[in-house]
Amino acid sequence: MTEQINLTVDGRDITVPKGTLVIRAAESVGITVPRFCDHPLLDPIGACRQCIVEIEGQRKPMTSCTTQATDGMVVRTHLTSEVARVAQEGQLEFLLINHPLDCPMCDKGGECPLQDQTLAHGPPDSRFIETKRRYVKPVPISAQVALDRERCVLCARCTRFSQQISGDPFIELFERGALEQVAIYEDEPYHSYFSGNVVQICPVGALTAASYRFKSRPFDLRTHDGICNQCSAGCNLRVDVRRGAIQRQLARDNMAVNEMWNCDKGRFGYEFVGSDRRLADPRIRSDFGLERRTWRGATAWVAERLNAAIDAGGPSSVGVLTGGRLTDEDAYALGRFARDVVGTDNIDFRMRPRDGEERDVLAAVAGTQGPTYDDVEAADTVVIAGLDPKEEVPILFLRLRKAWRKHGQRIVVVGPSLGSLDEIAWRWIQTSPGAETDVLRQLAGDTDAALEGEMAEVAQAVRGAGSSVVLAGERLALSQGALPAAAALAVALDADAPPFAWVPRRNNARGAVDAGLVPGLLPGGRRIDAPGPVADAWNGVPTEAGRDTAGILEAAADGEITALYLVGVDPARDFEDPKLARRALAAVDTLIVQDTLENASIEHADVLLPAAVSQERVGSFTTWEGRRQPFPQAIPPHGQSLPDWDILNQVAGAMGHDLGWQTAVDVRREAAPLMAPAGGLAERLAAVPVARGARPAPGEDGELTVVLGDWLLGKGDMLTGAKELLATARPAAAVINTADAERLGLSDGQDVAVVGPAGQLEVALEVTDHVTAGTCVLPSNSTEITPAEIADSAWPLRVQLQPAGQPEEVVA
Amino acid sequence: MFNALRKGFGLTGRSFFRRPVTSEYPDVKRQVQPRFHGRHVLNRYPDGLEKCIGCELCAWACPADAIYVEGADNTPEARYSPGERFGKVYQINYLRCIFCGLCIEACPTRALTMTHEYELSADNRTDFIFTRDMLLAPLPEGAQDTPHTNAEVEARGLVYYPGHAAQDPTGYREGDPSKGGNQPMVTPEGIVLERIDFEHRERSSNLGSSR
Repeated sequence: MTEQINLTVDGRDITVPKGTLVIRAAESVGITVPRFCDHPLLDPIGACRQCIVEIEGQRKPMTSCTTQATDGMVVRTHLTSEVARVAQEGQLEFLLINHPLDCPMCDKGGECPLQDQTLAHGPPDSRFIETKRRYVKPVPISAQVALDRERCVLCARCTRFSQQISGDPFIELFERGALEQVAIYEDEPYHSYFSGNVVQICPVGALTAASYRFKSRPFDLRTHDGICNQCSAGCNLRVDVRRGAIQRQLARDNMAVNEMWNCDKGRFGYEFVGSDRRLADPRIRSDFGLERRTWRGATAWVAERLNAAIDAGGPSSVGVLTGGRLTDEDAYALGRFARDVVGTDNIDFRMRPRDGEERDVLAAVAGTQGPTYDDVEAADTVVIAGLDPKEEVPILFLRLRKAWRKHGQRIVVVGPSLGSLDEIAWRWIQTSPGAETDVLRQLAGDTDAALEGEMAEVAQAVRGAGSSVVLAGERLALSQGALPAAAALAVALDADAPPFAWVPRRNNARGAVDAGLVPGLLPGGRRIDAPGPVADAWNGVPTEAGRDTAGILEAAADGEITALYLVGVDPARDFEDPKLARRALAAVDTLIVQDTLENASIEHADVLLPAAVSQERVGSFTTWEGRRQPFPQAIPPHGQSLPDWDILNQVAGAMGHDLGWQTAVDVRREAAPLMAPAGGLAERLAAVPVARGARPAPGEDGELTVVLGDWLLGKGDMLTGAKELLATARPAAAVINTADAERLGLSDGQDVAVVGPAGQLEVALEVTDHVTAGTCVLPSNSTEITPAEIADSAWPLRVQLQPAGQPEEVVA
Repeated sequence: MFNALRKGFGLTGRSFFRRPVTSEYPDVKRQVQPRFHGRHVLNRYPDGLEKCIGCELCAWACPADAIYVEGADNTPEARYSPGERFGKVYQINYLRCIFCGLCIEACPTRALTMTHEYELSADNRTDFIFTRDMLLAPLPEGAQDTPHTNAEVEARGLVYYPGHAAQDPTGYREGDPSKGGNQPMVTPEGIVLERIDFEHRERSSNLGSSR
């Protein structure tokens, strides 16, 4: 407990912890001092001078945002002090000297702190008669942010955000005096994943979003609460809607999750909702192509085909594939549909990384709540493996960076690539791809030999006094034994409450795990042979464990599975072996595609069922922490699309099963007790067997092992139409070590051909010391030809690099 | 009784020699008062560019929620108004409008004014929604219909884009016209101002002024 002090603000006695700023102390009793530069999450700077108050005993009025409260201080704000009021009024007059009066043009008009405070505290008129300062406007500082320098009041919120919070200091204050202005460096646009936040915190209209430019006014907008559907961070959003169309999305304050920030993908990545590629009507393939049908006709047709497949080959001739995009309700509904209505366990949500032992960890994690954002921030040491937070869960990166900046958190990265943690990582334990297991076991003390050097130091930090958290990404499943080893490390750190978090990339992969969308698992991490309460709630549970994604697609290609139900997933592009996926999609008798957008898998679809996106319906998403966050409906559904649970409910009804659901709340009410964990995280994690990791065979001479990186902005379907956002995407590149580049005679920035066993793709080369020698990081979904396309079925993928434009000679 | 009859017939008799108040509408239309609130008009500048900047202040002011506006960006190839912004969609619903004139007061560019036209009738509800092309004023003599290109605007010797004259301040020097300093200011109407003549209101001190 920090020391408490007493002070008086406007005659009211306040007790606050020592070190509190005067402006915060005043806020605590509801006295709002006008301010522009002050922001609770940014360091005080006192740039705008607007928050001036009178403090007894001080010679001059003081800025309350930079003054710490002291015991016995007597503060008088503009409400009671004439000196403070006149000072604030004069300051506003100064700020308005060079501020253009183009409020009717300005996107901030109507929600502008400068406008509001001028009306509330400003002078009635200006004494400034000279010509105002004029600049060329607006200047695009990136494709998605426009800068009007005339309007800037030099509060430095944006530059402080980029330095202190996001760590991308691409914008800075230049020049001096009246010409001081925010600007970008020459030839360096403001390409930050967090640039949208500066638009939101700008107290004037100096920084505006290109995607919202002149679109509407605050009074036009209906504001709805939302939860971001782009990644598992679970940012709380404000969805602003005009006439049934999303105009913009802003970060909503939730200090436990996203604080006051979100990333650009969540902020600007909503264009797909109204895109031309949305599926609008149920369609059935006939001789004339995909023909429009009614919902009743389409669901009856689906039910008939599914029943026919079950009659012919039993329930195991049906396969269900999904991704990590469904809401919790949808995920539960799909799990029940597959197991109870169809009677198959052939269901999997894992498109890319997956192996058998991963399932044990997922079963342990399902339904539990492990370390939260606050726990991660408070930890002294964080071990990160198989995860690149900035590219996959950007808000987690902001928390890590905050902890690093505030209390020097020691961040240990284990793996072949340091990724974008180069600034804040404390130690990087390099491994070859797939060899994280041994390092994690050594850190846990599960080793025969004594550790030396850096490893001993890191192990000391992780296991020593102070708290540690283990963050394991979904890519870790590609390394044999690594995910159980990471879990075992957490158990070794604290057997009662293992600080272990599985951090998936897709927004509700965690909800899919909780709902048991993995073969052999039921909701809440229950095994299929021990269903517990699930058996009572459902009519039946399949007894034998089904196939995983690869097994389902192989069986579909071989004709063992005759009906394939795809819900929100595109195996033809996203599966690790797209050729197998396409073969499977072409081979099955019945391909049911239930999705929001047209995708590559639709080519062979026999029926299309349009689903509503999260902004169009109620539901809930689960963050990587296990925090379940419900959200309301913001806009009407596109065309005739329906929520996924409703479609499944109708198909089940047509198949003769009444699931008894009328609304999403019915589904949630049924799901909630079942999706709760079947056991504690500690004992279930401790029971996960840890296998010794197999070292991957070294590649042939000159071959590099591919490590896939999931970069934030790529060619994902959910970024359809967000052209300003995609213009700021990190350009696709093959990232290799300096030593490899020297050996191969390649240089940074050069175009190279990445030649795999089944083809090649051309990208630019990025040379860095932040990947292990012998590896090549390729973005999984940023190139037209994905890395999966150039691989044969064997994974890991080994490739050769050569300068682009040479004839193909290596490819068989 | 005779008194009552005299009163009644007297009134009738007097009215017989008065000028009739009945007007022969619609054959004869009476002149309305100068400030009569009739149908709106979206005004233009003399060269044909629209005054409306799509700011939505009229819609904001409207107590009956009768106005719908969407703004958009002017581009160098298609300029509808001076400055950055123009009204892409403009609708007034005359079934909702109460002709109070608050929109006129709110308009920052005098784009929206009211005419004397009051004959607003239709046989279905959608015809009461007047769109931008119906509300726009007729083209002045010799003017060009929107959109204009920037080249056409510049050919008329006008610079409509307020920031156009300023140079990047890294080279900006006050008092040096070659560096962009002391450039004449151009008003939205295209009037070049050497110096703005504001009324200089003297206030001895900000201190102690009470509101």
